[in-house]
Amino acid sequence: MTSVGTPVTRVDGPAKVTGAALYSAEITPPGTVHLAIVGSTVAAGRVTAIDAAAARAAEGVLAVLTHDDVPAVASPPHLLPSLLGAAAPGESFFPMQDTVVHYAGQPVVLVVAHTYEQAHHAASLVRVDYEAAPAITTIDQGRERAYDAERLFAGLMPGREERGDVEAGLARADLRVDMSYRMAANHHNALEAPSTVAVWNGGELTLYESTMGVRATQQTVAQLLGLPVSHVRVITHFVGGGFGSKAMVWPHTTLTAMAARIVGRPVKLMLTRPQMFTSTGHREEQEQSIALGATRDGRLTAIRHDKLSITSLFDDWAEPATGVSSQLYACDAYLGVHRLIKGNTMTPTFTRGPGETLGMFTLETAMDELARRVDLDPLELRLRNVATTDPRGNPWSSGGLEECLRLGAERFGWSGRNPAPRAQPDGDWLIGTGMAVAAYPMAFFMPPQRARARIFADGSATVATSTQEFGTGVLTMATQVGADALGVALSDIEFQAGDTDLPNSTAAVGSAGAGMVASAVHEAGTALRRQLVDLAIGDPGSPLHGVDPASVTVTAGRLTSSDRAGATDTYGELLGRNHLSDAEATGTWRPPPLDTPHGLLTFGAQFAEVAVDPQLGLVRVRRLGGAFAPGRVLNPLLARSQLMGGMLWGMSQALLEGNHTDPRTGRWAETNLAEYLVPVNADAPEVTVDFVEVHDDVVGPLGAKGVGEIGQVGVAAAIANAIFHATGRRVRSLPITPETVMEPTPAAAPT
Amino acid sequence: MRPLTYSRARDVDDALALVAAGPDSAFLAGGTTEVDLLRAGVSRSGHLVDINDLPLTAVEDRPDGGLHIGALARMNDVARAPGVVHRFPAISRALLQGASEQLRNMASLGGNLCQRTRCPYLRDGVSACNKREPGTGCAALDGPNRGHAVLGTSDHCIATHPSDVAVALVAFDAVVHTVGAAGARAIAADDFFLLPGETPEIEHPIGRDELIVGIDVPGTPIARNSVYLKFRDRQSYEFALVSVAAAIEVDAGIVTDVRLALGGVGTKPWRAWRAEAALVGGPATEAAFRRAAAVELADAVGREQNAFKIELAQRAAVRGLNQSLKGIRS
Repeated sequence: MTSVGTPVTRVDGPAKVTGAALYSAEITPPGTVHLAIVGSTVAAGRVTAIDAAAARAAEGVLAVLTHDDVPAVASPPHLLPSLLGAAAPGESFFPMQDTVVHYAGQPVVLVVAHTYEQAHHAASLVRVDYEAAPAITTIDQGRERAYDAERLFAGLMPGREERGDVEAGLARADLRVDMSYRMAANHHNALEAPSTVAVWNGGELTLYESTMGVRATQQTVAQLLGLPVSHVRVITHFVGGGFGSKAMVWPHTTLTAMAARIVGRPVKLMLTRPQMFTSTGHREEQEQSIALGATRDGRLTAIRHDKLSITSLFDDWAEPATGVSSQLYACDAYLGVHRLIKGNTMTPTFTRGPGETLGMFTLETAMDELARRVDLDPLELRLRNVATTDPRGNPWSSGGLEECLRLGAERFGWSGRNPAPRAQPDGDWLIGTGMAVAAYPMAFFMPPQRARARIFADGSATVATSTQEFGTGVLTMATQVGADALGVALSDIEFQAGDTDLPNSTAAVGSAGAGMVASAVHEAGTALRRQLVDLAIGDPGSPLHGVDPASVTVTAGRLTSSDRAGATDTYGELLGRNHLSDAEATGTWRPPPLDTPHGLLTFGAQFAEVAVDPQLGLVRVRRLGGAFAPGRVLNPLLARSQLMGGMLWGMSQALLEGNHTDPRTGRWAETNLAEYLVPVNADAPEVTVDFVEVHDDVVGPLGAKGVGEIGQVGVAAAIANAIFHATGRRVRSLPITPETVMEPTPAAAPT
Repeated sequence: MRPLTYSRARDVDDALALVAAGPDSAFLAGGTTEVDLLRAGVSRSGHLVDINDLPLTAVEDRPDGGLHIGALARMNDVARAPGVVHRFPAISRALLQGASEQLRNMASLGGNLCQRTRCPYLRDGVSACNKREPGTGCAALDGPNRGHAVLGTSDHCIATHPSDVAVALVAFDAVVHTVGAAGARAIAADDFFLLPGETPEIEHPIGRDELIVGIDVPGTPIARNSVYLKFRDRQSYEFALVSVAAAIEVDAGIVTDVRLALGGVGTKPWRAWRAEAALVGGPATEAAFRRAAAVELADAVGREQNAFKIELAQRAAVRGLNQSLKGIRS
């Protein structure tokens, strides 16, 4: 009986619902004191004076630290995505090294006090004077300064992607579709605020950190503080959501460690909700446009995809918007261009489905428009253009797009759809349906991943790697994989994680977490199983002595051989006979090389039904249906939750989420959950998730492609297309709010 | 949060004395807004007088068909009281569409009337805000102001009044009862909320040491067909883009009586007096509703991001009147 592929419920569920699961801010070593950060209220300029007298005099205050007190970093940070496995600062900047202010919310003063309330009250008493300089925080303010980005992501990705002759492709097209959009910035808004507890013991530092990558945190903090990596340990038991905001390592973590060293006590920091909008990056404000050329029968002749966005003063960051649009459809001529504006913001960062959610919004709403223009069903238009190889001519590591489109359409009831807009009134509402392709790239930038498996003479076992549980269900999934690989019952094995003292695994980002952890754990469990099988075969006391190792299977800790019927041994007896208290093995998974001759996309299809009140501009999503081909599904319960969460976020991205800076001050306008809207339960429609399992030998020993982000891709496009179907109007901005949907003049309801 | 002291009042006189005794003392009821404002540094209170032991939680039907609501009655208790549900469905609906279940279990009706605007500039502690620091200006006039008011604004403040239930209460001529050192007062709900004018920091015609003890709503049969519609980006747990309390009475196709009030678009809960006057005696048709709504919004002032509310409010008002009319006919 194998556990992988079965709907095992979360192993950490009971601890979470009873409150026994400890999050970083709930860990309080003896003597812990509290840190509050004062952020800059100006977005550009410099600090001219700090009056901390009142704060220093306030009850419970231990220290008020300014740029004069905070030590210089040992080496300046350089942005590098955490998937690479090295130090991963979120921006090439560290605050409180001088008086210069580059963005609103930038830390300028630290206050340490005995209690959280004392620290925050004292922080409110600090008076900071600024000499403010003009700030650029919006595209409109910086449009004339835009430049072509040569490389993105610390040089990892080109800013421009080109093949064939796009102008010629557009010129020879029978028709052309042009779409352009303005997209508001997004903030992650994990439920758990980023938190750090820093504890020094001599020259060694332990951090309890809310992070998606304990190793990235360890290496970044060590580098900034000039410590040997071996002197920094990061422990993360549980994380209350990351969505990219905890994928990189942000200054507040290292500032907490600095403060702890100065006051000589463990220091705890928990960012406030407003600070979450200025401390861990965001999805940048952007504009995208696309031009599609096509023949009259709907075959693409050219795609030109442009993105303009605002980045920080320190980094050329853009969510890469063209990773899917450049590959998804068979089209000889493609040009994708990222343009940037440097502004007074933090370096933007990964936000669930980075780049591709909005890139696909642009592509897939344009495809919807193209379908209308060539009078084809939108589904048929996709099927007609699906690429059977990647642009280099390499086969997909695994496919499934066509199957997802067909299964999704069938489950949704797509066939027979009347393509005419405004054809389905329902009282004050107009009903519409829409669809879009979902696709998300896999990137194998990570180093080899390691895990350790260990079994004891009593038959109990552990598998371990340094990853952390941030709500995805990795503890459960890895337990299942470990049980199968080692050949023990699920109840006999425990997965240990969340500690840099455990074997190395890379930050769980880029939808790669499950694949990396599962592969490493599989290799470790398999290595230990082989070691024990060999031990049995070589053991004269074992009933399996001398059998062919290939004939041996292990189930629930019991070894049997197809060559010797009736002979059994158990791990426990085997170890006992050999006077071994335990046995262990390390397993290593090496990702496929970056130049693997395979196309690397995960595919899916999204369908949406909406009701639109055209008088009041209200949009209510009635149904979402998604079909996905994520390779092997390791646990359908967990995968469904991940995908459904992604789909609901896609709905949120379409209709609710948007943040703006006040162009006069450069400060974010929405900095709490009453102003920055995320969906509530009442907004959640009926959601259907279906799987198309595809076999994949390339992406890892288990063939799992990851479900962290694909669920979100395409949903906003499907909803926007459904809104068009309902109303006959296309909204050119995200989020799609009532004022953009309202019919501009009173119109009689269609009858 | 700033250091606070706290005491618990035994009765109304005790509460009044305790608050009067301290220059920075304030009443504490459900605390759902007050504690937020203290944390944000907007409220400067240094001493809180907890009034939750006071016997002001009753929700009673009055013989005239009206209601008495104690100032400490919780939103959920009022919303679900049978007399409220049957006599004033708009009040019940307004309460249930406000806040969240958890907040409704804590928040009191008296506190609801005193809640402060959600204008982010009031709460950020930094921006110009005449409500928070008189004379500093109003950052919302030319800033992100999508959520702001289009009715009752001034050059000093365009903050929206956030309450839902207050919209229904002004529609049905509720009376707010207070007690203070100078004795008891009865204030019409419509007068309880002040326009910002040149003094947006003064939001109610009562002193800091004056306590709301109850709210009376006079009996009025028209309220039985009242509706409260709330329109917003998401379907729960959000303040209104626009809301409408409406009730209409018709005889032979002619409007004989009507109540109309708007939320989410005014600097105070907005009784649509002009629309009501335009409707009474005229036909109960959509065209007439539309004309009346246009009369009410004629003086509305829209700005860059909230101008859409002027049209939205009119459409919402028409929707509300239509629904109340449908309720009569069904």
